[in-house]
Amino acid sequence: MALKTEEMVLNMGPQHPSTHGVLRLEVELDGELVLDVKPHIGYLHRCFEKHAEAMNYNQIVPYTDRMDYLAAMYNSFGYALAVERLLGIQVPERVEYIRVIMGELQRIASHLVAVGTYGVDIGAFTPFLFGFRDRESILTLFEMTCGARMLYNYNWVGGVSHDLHPDFVPMTREFLKYFKGSLVEFNNLLSYNKIFIERTANVGVLPLDTAVNYGVTGPNLRASGLKWDLRKNDPYSVYDRFDFEIPVGSGEKGTTGDCWDRYYVRIREMEESVKIIEQALDQLPDGDVHSAIPKRIKPVVGSIYSRVENPKGELGYFIISDGTVNPYRMKVRGPSFVNLTVMGELCKGHLVADVIAILGSIDIVLGEVDR
Amino acid sequence: MKTREEIFNILKQEFPEDVLELLNQPTEPIIVASPGAIHNICFYLRDTEGLQFDSLMVLSGVDDANGEKQTEEDGSVTINGGTLSVYYHLESLSLTQKVTLKVSTPRDNPEVESVESVWKSANWHEREAYDMFGIKFLHHPDLRRILMPYDWDAGYPLRKDYKNPEFYQGMKVPY
Repeated sequence: MALKTEEMVLNMGPQHPSTHGVLRLEVELDGELVLDVKPHIGYLHRCFEKHAEAMNYNQIVPYTDRMDYLAAMYNSFGYALAVERLLGIQVPERVEYIRVIMGELQRIASHLVAVGTYGVDIGAFTPFLFGFRDRESILTLFEMTCGARMLYNYNWVGGVSHDLHPDFVPMTREFLKYFKGSLVEFNNLLSYNKIFIERTANVGVLPLDTAVNYGVTGPNLRASGLKWDLRKNDPYSVYDRFDFEIPVGSGEKGTTGDCWDRYYVRIREMEESVKIIEQALDQLPDGDVHSAIPKRIKPVVGSIYSRVENPKGELGYFIISDGTVNPYRMKVRGPSFVNLTVMGELCKGHLVADVIAILGSIDIVLGEVDR
Repeated sequence: MKTREEIFNILKQEFPEDVLELLNQPTEPIIVASPGAIHNICFYLRDTEGLQFDSLMVLSGVDDANGEKQTEEDGSVTINGGTLSVYYHLESLSLTQKVTLKVSTPRDNPEVESVESVWKSANWHEREAYDMFGIKFLHHPDLRRILMPYDWDAGYPLRKDYKNPEFYQGMKVPY
């Protein structure tokens, strides 16, 4: 007698520990095989775009921090840049360099959380603690600069809130020196761990054409083999003055674009960020960080779409100005929001346990998905 | 790499009736098209040699609020008539060129052809525009609310005349 079987729907979340926030995954299963995954989002929706229409341009900066709260520095960087482009103002060189240094430190901090929590998802707890230990040093540098450890309100339109602390440069150099060794340790502990590779290589392969069609950006796109980084391909701020590589996935442990590639691109990007910060510290010019801050921000009528390479991918701000002190419309293109759309495509045909491995490798922050 | 004027001229030649005008604002020029043909234009932009717009960066709904405004007794505003718009920011990764399209649709019955079949990334962006503005994307495979609760029945929050409801499912909304 044949055993009666039927497909089943399993809800993962909204509070499942591996979903990195409040996300619900509706997983359609045939036994242990995944037929489809439908993400349900919106649990953290805070109406950022509606709020933005009621505030003036300066007041929006702290709200941008709260979108991708693991990369707050970079969110406000992107926002400040968008408004400056709309206004047509040029910020002092020192501000540009400080923003790049802060942004790249933030990239390292964000990637450390990404790879650390990815380890936890797969079952390795120690690398997570190593990652958070090093992130702590970066947060100390931020705290020293602007007083906050997570949500900084640091990049203002036309400048930054505080100049660097006199100890900032030597302490950052010391951290970078230490961190290079720490990355080697991290690689030995997790990246080349046989169990980790077994769980991630050849899992959730994202072909390049699918990635582009789904609008996937950032490390996830580069892991699929395309050298595409806005810091090089659409340069902004002073990124064209630094010498750094764009790491891409090569299928070293499995297929190009698998979970291991997405993980390892992040590790290598941290190495590149270290290079950028070192060069920026060497070139750091003097100047007044407040000199270009406008007294009153009132752009002309018009619209702009401005984007930056956030640690998670392309972060874009589409701002329409109607000539008043409030933006008429503010739309945020969050990288996590767009990257999450490819989830269903990646999980098809895999096992339930791989859903966790795939979700962790995409590296989303729900604060930005829901805004 | 083509300028936006060149792209506009190419499109105007191919779709004389559906490509309407080029808005020349200094920050970014915008090509205005008609909502019923936007998917055909997008297919053409994606698949034509020399254009190759393989990526949709962002799709945003906008309330133009250009209809007749009525102020109620309690100070809230109702807008009748006018248009809602959808902006498409496209990019070609291989040719590093960008273009911005815009379609406008009547506010009373906002309908735009979906471009989900052109770029899968449009799926969630269109759902968001539907959720926030009530713009219906025709031939979209899965047009549901995305950020708001599925049973939200108090209208579309990003419209300029949106009013907060008193209660949602028996729960008091203003706090």
